Formats: sequence, structure tokens, C-alpha cells
Amino acid sequence: MTQFVMPSLGADMEDAILVEQLIAVGKPVHRGDIIAAVETQKGVIEVEVFENGFLEKWLVPLGTRVPVGTPIAELRSDDASNLQEEPDMPQRLVSDHQRVQPRISHATPSLASNFPNKVRQRVTPAARRRAVQTGFDLATLGHEEIITLDDLPQVQQAPDTTPLSGMRQAIAAAMSRSKREIPHYYLSNIIDLTAAEAFVADHNADLPPEKRLLVGALFIRAIARAIEKFPEFNGLFENDQFLPNPKPHIGMAINLRGGGLVAPALHDADTGSLDDLMGRLRDLVERVRQGRFRAREMSDPTITLTSLGDRGVTGITGVIFPPQVAIIGIGTPDWQPLVREGQIVARRAATVTLAADHRVSDGHRGAGFLLSIIRNLQKPETL
Amino acid sequence: MTQPDLRDALIIQLGRIAPEIEIDTIDTAADLRDEFDIDSMDFLKLITALADEFACPIPEADYDQMRSFDEMLAYLKVHAK
Repeated sequence: MTQFVMPSLGADMEDAILVEQLIAVGKPVHRGDIIAAVETQKGVIEVEVFENGFLEKWLVPLGTRVPVGTPIAELRSDDASNLQEEPDMPQRLVSDHQRVQPRISHATPSLASNFPNKVRQRVTPAARRRAVQTGFDLATLGHEEIITLDDLPQVQQAPDTTPLSGMRQAIAAAMSRSKREIPHYYLSNIIDLTAAEAFVADHNADLPPEKRLLVGALFIRAIARAIEKFPEFNGLFENDQFLPNPKPHIGMAINLRGGGLVAPALHDADTGSLDDLMGRLRDLVERVRQGRFRAREMSDPTITLTSLGDRGVTGITGVIFPPQVAIIGIGTPDWQPLVREGQIVARRAATVTLAADHRVSDGHRGAGFLLSIIRNLQKPETL
Repeated sequence: MTQPDLRDALIIQLGRIAPEIEIDTIDTAADLRDEFDIDSMDFLKLITALADEFACPIPEADYDQMRSFDEMLAYLKVHAK
């Protein structure tokens, strides 16, 4: 018998409300199935199960606010081999049960990424935040038990401060950590988009709206292809080490109505046709705007693309989402005077800016990475 | 479909994308994307919904004819079936 516990979906998450039980009692579950939906400060997130078995029973009713780490369902496994631990996920023995921790670490690369935690302690997000606020050293608490707010000294709050919303707190935590820890360097270049836009216009000419491409899909694919030659920009920097990821899971910075933004992963951006990629992009944006996305999409991005496509900015110098090591910003495409064969000509163009982590790469490689993206966009038919 | 009906239908579709924006508060002659704070993905979603509802293809080449709310309404008046 194993227990499925409420996952931590970021440093700001202390608990979440169970809003959907998507597997009925007695039904089989498979690794990767979405077992439940939980409501967090960032919206409704679907959580996956990482083992095969049967759902024995739900332990908490719908609508319950459940602290991170609390069992929400019991799973029965009919195969002893399924009880083996996932090699990459920390699990804890709880009496005679083995808790099934969904594969979401505290070090998610989402906007809600946590504060630095070099020792493998289990600390609730709220406790971690207060430790930073008060300068309290978590290392003095050991790592036997989960550290909660109760273990930490009280904070004196100024009476007239306006508390930040959950979304703003999450962004504040991730961006402050980024600026504190990551030695950014920045490079910009101009992308001539004439070929890419002509390709999209031609592609879309006879297609109904639901099948049309946006040039953004070409940006994503061009980045995914460039990553093949420049793997040092795609991965996570954790515990003083950079681990490149073999697949480009490109975080798409998506603004939310009502404030804030999230940057969930568009998985495997190097595979499938452009039409397929565009379909997945549409699906992702639509679900995010409805406040509904999957836990893996929050935890998996390996590099981020931010594009304020329609807001007229000439360029975007991004702040890297830790523990990622690069973010690419693309400004609004517009007519620009470029020189071609000695003549000034009006071309469609946009400024692309790379912000990258100097611990992992240098400007020379960064410049090559940008150039590779730009060259890929000159041959849109090969994307 | 009469013009008042078209206008209501367009407002309903815009409301699905930008529910917090009241039609009375926007400049119907100004850029629709700015007024409703919609990006290229929202716009594509809007066009998809309108093409479906009004049974007209709305080719991409016509996007320039529908920059504002007023222009979009005029376009639909001509092309809606």
C-alpha cells in the first residue's frame, strides 16, 4: 500500500485545495495519469501519479485544504516491483507505508522557485520564506523532520504594509533569487523576419483560423534547433552544478489577465511538425489562461522564451528563472531599415536578446547561440 | 443577422477572451488589441470563434481591415453569413 501525497508545486505553496478526484476508487492508475486537480495561488494544477496500481481510497474529501506532504489517496500496487523508489525522487518511509512523492522537487524551475537550499532538508515554503526574511539559519534545525513555520521565530510585521498576492510573492521570490544568485550577461541581435513572416503568410493563406501558424511557433522551433548545437543554454543549475537537458522543454512566459505571469513548459519543442507545435502552443496558452495547467509543465522548463509580441517594445532583457540558465526575449516585429547589398531596405525585423548565466557559459558561445537562432529563422521551410 | 445582433455577438466573443473589459469603457475606433489587451494568440482565438460563428473564413490577409472594434463590426457586416 502506498500513499499519494499533496505535491509541493513551488516555494510559495504551503497547501492547496483538492478540487477534483479524477480516478474513481478501485480503478487502475498508470504512471503519468492525472490523478487529481488542486487549486493553488497560481490556479488549478493537475497532478500526476508516478506509479502503476489501483486507487484504493481517497483520504480527503473534495474542497479540503491539504498541506503539502499530506496523503490524499491510497494506492494499491499489485506488483511489488512498482514499490521501488524512483531513482530521482526523494521518498520517505512513513510507518509501514511508503509515501509516493510525485516527481516534483522543491527546486522547480517555475516562477515559484524556492530559495537556496544546499542541504537536502525538507522545509515548507512558508518556513523557507520566513527563514530568509529573518536571516534564520535553517541548517541549525537538522533534516529529520519537515521544518514548518512553527520551528521558526516570529516575524514582526509592520502594521501598514499591503501583503503581496500569492502570484506576486511567487514572482518576487524567483526573481529576487535570480538577481541574487545568477551572474547574468546579455547579448542582443537583430532577426530579419522577412522570410519567416512570408512563410507564415503563405502557409496560412488558405487555412481556416484554427489551423493557422503564429510566427511565435517558428521562434520556438528555431530555439529548439539552436539548442542542439548549444546545449549549455538548456538545463538546470542546481547544487553548484549545471545539468544540461537532452530535450528542449521551452518555458513560455504567458501573462495572465488579472496580473502576473507563468512560464510553463512546451515539452519537446524539437519534435513534430510546425503545425503540431502550434497546436500544442495553442493548447498550452488556452489552458494557462483558464488557470489550468499540469504540474509537469510548471516543473520542467529548461530555458524560457519571453515575447511581448504585440506591445511595441523594441527588445526584452529577461531575468532568468532559476534554476534555468538562459532566457530569450524577442521584441515586437516591426519594419526596420536594414542594409542589404549596400542598399537601405525596409525589412520586417525584431530584436532578440539572450540573458544567460555566466557560471555556465560565456558571451562567445552566447553570440553563437543567438546567431544560430537567427539563421534557423532565415530558412523557415526547414523548421 | 442584423447589425445589433452582430454587435452583441462580437461583444460576447470578446467577453470570452477579455471578460474584465466592459464595452462601454473602450474606444471602439482605437486598436482592438490595445483596447482589449489581447495578444496575437488571443486574436487568433477570436478570429477562430468569429469564423466559426459567422461561417466566413476571415483570411489572414484581411486582418488589416479589422484593427478596431468598429472596423471588425463593419467587416462582419459585409462577410457574415
